[in-house]
Amino acid sequence: MTTVHVTDLVKDYSIRSGLRRRRLRAVDHVSLDLVPGRTVALVGESGSGKSTIAKILTRMEKPTSGTVEVALDDGTPVRGPMYLRQVQMVFQDPFASLNPFHSIEHHIARPLLIHERTRTAAQTHERVLEMLERVNLTPAETIAPRRPHELSGGQRQRVAIARALAPGAQVLIADEPVSMLDVSIRLGVLNLLGRLQREDRLAVLYITHDLATARHFSDEIVVLYRGRVVERGPADAVILDPHHDYTKLLAQAAPDPERGPERVTAEAVIDRDAIDNSVCYDHFLGEWVQAGTPAARGARAGRAGQPA
Amino acid sequence: MTSTVQAPAATAARGATPGAVLTVEDLSVVYEVDPPVTAVRGASLTLRRGEILGLAGESGCGKTTLAYAVNRLHRPPARVASGRITFHDVGGDDVDVLALGDRELRAFRWNKLSMVFQGAMNALNPVTTVRAQLADTLRTHRPGLSRAAVHARSRDVLERVGVDPARLTSYPHELSGGMRQRVMIAMAMLLEPQIMIMDEPTTALDVVVQREILREIVRLRDELDFAVMFITHDLPLLLEISNRIAVMLDGEIVELDTAANLLAGASHPYTRKLLGSFPSLSGERGGFIRSGVDETEEDQA
Repeated sequence: MTTVHVTDLVKDYSIRSGLRRRRLRAVDHVSLDLVPGRTVALVGESGSGKSTIAKILTRMEKPTSGTVEVALDDGTPVRGPMYLRQVQMVFQDPFASLNPFHSIEHHIARPLLIHERTRTAAQTHERVLEMLERVNLTPAETIAPRRPHELSGGQRQRVAIARALAPGAQVLIADEPVSMLDVSIRLGVLNLLGRLQREDRLAVLYITHDLATARHFSDEIVVLYRGRVVERGPADAVILDPHHDYTKLLAQAAPDPERGPERVTAEAVIDRDAIDNSVCYDHFLGEWVQAGTPAARGARAGRAGQPA
Repeated sequence: MTSTVQAPAATAARGATPGAVLTVEDLSVVYEVDPPVTAVRGASLTLRRGEILGLAGESGCGKTTLAYAVNRLHRPPARVASGRITFHDVGGDDVDVLALGDRELRAFRWNKLSMVFQGAMNALNPVTTVRAQLADTLRTHRPGLSRAAVHARSRDVLERVGVDPARLTSYPHELSGGMRQRVMIAMAMLLEPQIMIMDEPTTALDVVVQREILREIVRLRDELDFAVMFITHDLPLLLEISNRIAVMLDGEIVELDTAANLLAGASHPYTRKLLGSFPSLSGERGGFIRSGVDETEEDQA
């Protein structure tokens, strides 16, 4: 079991327009913890920095400042090549994240071999079938030799999940894992992630813009707006009792069939330009804190180890 | 309005409902590939004046194909194999859409019925300004208009959809995704059509922007009383904004009912499955996801 502590993460991109350069702060002092057996949902609009955080966590980007500390149960820090053995990612688009030239078996066997989970060919094959069965791709014997184009979107995403878990990862970063899938199979994939998470006590970061699934699928929700955390707390509290204007705007904007057509035009509009992302409401502390500044020391003590 | 439609409707379209602006009867569309694919199978629906009719379904169910058929946009290998599409003009005339000749079709499209395409953000011409694209439409369909009138009308539609008329001189790449979508909607309502077909108009947008645009569509509908055929896979969204919803599965309309009735108790198992795919935002916390895993649900995916 593995825990991730993200502290004061900052990521600046430099943007060149003509001769001038300017700095875009994509992620501004974000701190969050991923603990075994808990799912944290990261919600926000496009450009809010969600995917940048995912990229930093999976070491595809280097942070400008801030730390990502990953530690095993006994406190041993995870470093170097061990890192990706522990932290793996499920990408948004299962049509792009699998190599069309390779069989399904190849996709899962690669991480097994690279991370030395298996030694002999027979052992690897057996393990691949095991992984496929775990993600409900059965019969595994007939799925393994197929190529990605022979599978449906939902099946491909299951392959991507199996691939992520193959190195024995204990931390899963799922970046919009169901937004490219048809609606009727989304719940199936989310249910699968939920089951694997419970079985393996995985720490999961679920990145999404869909508030409804964020609420039902996660324990904690972190709302990101323009690179800063503007609200965090237990899933139900954030959705049902939003404090920050941006969270209110999001909750209002999400489709909710219980509202009729008259609500579409009737409800008060929150002025987007007036939204202040320098403050953050923390439901765990029950108070407003500064956003975009180094995390207060006491803040973490209140959050870590919250029961699932 | 309804009384003017009723009299000729009796002669032209069989069983046209009072207040209908479009009647689709037993429409089938076949893609003549090997083997032929029937993308729409015997679809019948009526669009009423001023109504928002939702068309829900998953990818490949034929909802876009149906919309294209209503607009006569199909080219081989797609072929309208059977059925009738009747447009009931506000003046009382009925138009058999499938029988229109080339010139009549050009006059009919956009004038009576316009469409906001899927991925409308990319449907704008990148090398000309918004002004030129709006003016082009106006000059083609309203050749008598003066330059000043064209300009005034262009400004007017942009204002209606909530875009600053100063943006007329902008190129599409200078606008955000939401703004481009609004410009597309402005273009679709330029000639004050009686029907607007919107094919996934908000799918690529953020929820907040999506909400702003939906609000705009509903407000414009209330103001101008056009009918909207709204195509999307997002059933909760449809339940919220539409009057009636048609659910498509494998080319067939399996259920067509008012939004309230669907929400209260859908009769078709597929509709119930679709409804069950969306956890409720504000309702009971769904134990079905977190607690016991529904294995059958997983297997179907």
